[in-house]
Amino acid sequence: MTTAIVNVFLKEGVLDPQGKATHHALDSLGFEGVEDVRIGKQIVLKLSTDDKNAAEAEVKEMCETLLANTVIEDYTIEIR
Amino acid sequence: MKVAILRFPGTNCEFDTQYAYEKLGHETHIVWHEAQTLPEDADLVVVPGGFSYGDYLRSGAIARFSPVMKAVAAYAEAGGKVLGICNGFQILTEAGLLPGALKRNNNLHFISKYQYLRVENNDNDFLKQCKKGEILNIPIAHADGNYYIDDEGLADLEANNQVLLRYSDEAGNRVVVNGSVTSIAGVCNKTKNVFGLMPHPERAIEALLGSDDGIKMLEGFAS
Repeated sequence: MTTAIVNVFLKEGVLDPQGKATHHALDSLGFEGVEDVRIGKQIVLKLSTDDKNAAEAEVKEMCETLLANTVIEDYTIEIR
Repeated sequence: MKVAILRFPGTNCEFDTQYAYEKLGHETHIVWHEAQTLPEDADLVVVPGGFSYGDYLRSGAIARFSPVMKAVAAYAEAGGKVLGICNGFQILTEAGLLPGALKRNNNLHFISKYQYLRVENNDNDFLKQCKKGEILNIPIAHADGNYYIDDEGLADLEANNQVLLRYSDEAGNRVVVNGSVTSIAGVCNKTKNVFGLMPHPERAIEALLGSDDGIKMLEGFAS
């Protein structure tokens, strides 16, 4: 069994309204030195294969097809 | 005109759309998302508003893989006219039938109100009954209507007259409603047969209820 952890974030340069609002809230609460906040989502997949290379290739295809909208989002894949 | 109106689990504007088109004298068919084909000789396919699949993952991201969307893509490819309203616009961008993407509104709120729109281009079947620069008053109701496209994509849209509508004030000046790039409220594809907009023309067909500016948009396809 292989676990794949996919993180999806809005691309650099695409305004992240949730990150901005949260940044503002942290400032209001007195947390200093926060330069940027980006909010994304994490998708954890359990795969039956033990072949980590094949798993990564397949998860990449899942990201391109469904999990991320590459017009506005970037993604990272971590295979465990 | 024969109008096919799609329905996904979570769609909630199919009956408003049906009511509007029947009131205007057209034949309508509501088509379940599992259908493999569209009604024969459909003159227009409407992807109506709502919350298909609960907006899970991203608005429209799952609906675009419904069986009926294969038929819609083939229909559009053959030159058929497709109109996506609100969630329908989101589905069409996710499906790659329209350029760009719709993000969460900048203020993170669900915005529901009447909104003035300026007609940017009318050399298309959707807005040909409107004048360029005309101001329309049409309700909006969305949380993910913040249209995004990169600079290159925007230049393409402008060069091909694909920007249909922009959010404006009553005098026609652009206003920021949800953070959309250059206040874009609706666009079409390059071949001008696939249209998408966040505002709801089917909710603006009775002057007594606020506005009937939606009629000339919905009727554009019939004339």
